Amino acid sequence: MKKIWLSIVTVVLCMPGWLQAALTIEITQGIEGAVPIAVVPFATIGQPAPENVAQIIAADLARSGRFAPTAEQDLIARPSEVAQVRFQDWRTLGVDSLVIGKVESLAGGQYRVQFRVFDVFRARQLTGYSLPASADNLRHVAHRIADIIYEQLTGEPGAFATRIAYVISESRNGEKQYQLQLADSDGYNPSTLLTSQQPLMSPAWSPDGRRLAYVSFEKGRASIFVQDIGTGQRSELASFAGINGAPSWSPDGRSMVLTLSRDGNPEIYRLQLNDKKLTRLTRSAGIDTEPVFAPDGSSIVFTSDRGGSPQLYRMPVAGGRAQRVTFEGSYNASADFSPDGRSLALVHGEGGRYQIATLDLDTRLLRIVSDGRLDESPSYAPNGSMIIYATETGRRGVLAAVSSDGRFRQQFSLREGNVREPVWSPMPKSR
Amino acid sequence: MKLVKTVAVAMVMAWIAGCSSTGGTKGGDVAVEDRGAAEGAYEGATTTGVGGYGDLSVESLSDPNSPLSQRVIYFAYDSSEVAEEDRPLVEMHAAFLAANPGVKVSLEGHADERGAREYNIGLGDHRAQSVRRMLELQGVAAEQVSTVSYGEEKPAVEGHDESAWAMNRRVELVYVGY
Repeated sequence: MKKIWLSIVTVVLCMPGWLQAALTIEITQGIEGAVPIAVVPFATIGQPAPENVAQIIAADLARSGRFAPTAEQDLIARPSEVAQVRFQDWRTLGVDSLVIGKVESLAGGQYRVQFRVFDVFRARQLTGYSLPASADNLRHVAHRIADIIYEQLTGEPGAFATRIAYVISESRNGEKQYQLQLADSDGYNPSTLLTSQQPLMSPAWSPDGRRLAYVSFEKGRASIFVQDIGTGQRSELASFAGINGAPSWSPDGRSMVLTLSRDGNPEIYRLQLNDKKLTRLTRSAGIDTEPVFAPDGSSIVFTSDRGGSPQLYRMPVAGGRAQRVTFEGSYNASADFSPDGRSLALVHGEGGRYQIATLDLDTRLLRIVSDGRLDESPSYAPNGSMIIYATETGRRGVLAAVSSDGRFRQQFSLREGNVREPVWSPMPKSR
Repeated sequence: MKLVKTVAVAMVMAWIAGCSSTGGTKGGDVAVEDRGAAEGAYEGATTTGVGGYGDLSVESLSDPNSPLSQRVIYFAYDSSEVAEEDRPLVEMHAAFLAANPGVKVSLEGHADERGAREYNIGLGDHRAQSVRRMLELQGVAAEQVSTVSYGEEKPAVEGHDESAWAMNRRVELVYVGY
């Protein structure tokens, strides 16, 4: 594929305040066919805002792979009002869409953000909003604006105002330290939910986005906890003998599927959350693990080596006969359903390489979408547009994201530590 | 790693050979010790066979020259089968545990970093269970053995190549309290 290197790299790296971010993003591969769009720096009315709203929006749109924002130095004009827009200029520049806006400071550290989106060729406004903001949530408001623009121009909901959870491990004075962290979908505003000297694994979002389940070895063995993100309070969900792993929520949030080896072998169980009733769903001599619910709640896909090598299988939610769904390659594991339930993202191993692939469940077409050697833990964005995953670069674990069609990839780089097991949050409920 | 393995196997084989020559009585009342050769790091172990399955005293656990100091069993890729060459090592630990029912062992299963993390937890568990079954078949009581799988979370060797992976696909026998 012919690679067009976008100038967004500069935009992102020059973003004010990027130093405070634990994760920064480099775009490692560009694409043809991204829609040219100009996002003009928003005018400041009153006190300057602590964030550059237009740059956050432009970076979001660029990360989706669907848009190619014009570099700031190439903008031929800086309109912030409708009357200042000369559509002919923007047609000359070759952009399809134009975004302008302003950030007005109000009393008490509050702001009002106004923006408008124009179709350059038809010379008309497509949408425009005025949103309240505070210094603390200005980045969030910028992500919401990017969501509105994305939906207006693509017809699909945006997923920029979402978060990712992930695990970091690093060595400090020879001691290993593990952290469960949360960050905005662009890697900013990281916060730590849990720190441990023992491994942390397998974070899983509740469908309402308020809680995370995860595996912790803090007691010297695996236990599954559920932690409330807002309050930090947590409870122990499973601490049976042997494996307590791979938690995943049902779409209605009332039960979880998980892997236990309490009966002597790694098997999949369903745990009812209100009464803690446990139902065993698999019986095989092999390893059965990594269960995930289909979005409609009717079936469960999981990894099993019952056929000799790890492959994905699908069974009814109540358990019972499982059907194999992957046939290509010697290794297929770690399934995540696309939000529409039509595809799976998975880890595909072939010829000593482990890459992220998507599997269309109707056509059975398997498509490799990552280009690493040891890629793992794919997780779909809640609008299905992208897949975030863990990869390795320079012998360190980093996160990367790829558009779900495989055409656009980018890396989230962290200055220290190994980052892995990214999981994308559901859509915020307030929408 | 190959060297380590070869030496470990040699130690155990020589030790068992020494044992059988003394009639295989357990308990160690027939001492056949060669202090002269015991100076060498490995030669020492070949000559401390003291009858039956050798020195099965709890003290031997802290003796770096005892073959019992070999406590790691390695596995092939995506396999949880104990290799033929490692069986004598497992059997020796089984004999020790059977002779010391008060001693408990934790079998810590591990995997290399490749592939899915939770599947690797399953693989580490299967490896630990393989060793557990061998121990129990040799007369070790179920209460003496516990298992835990760390999957790929606690590599013995940091590295992203086959030499590191080979050292990380393992079960470690951890004697509780020793």
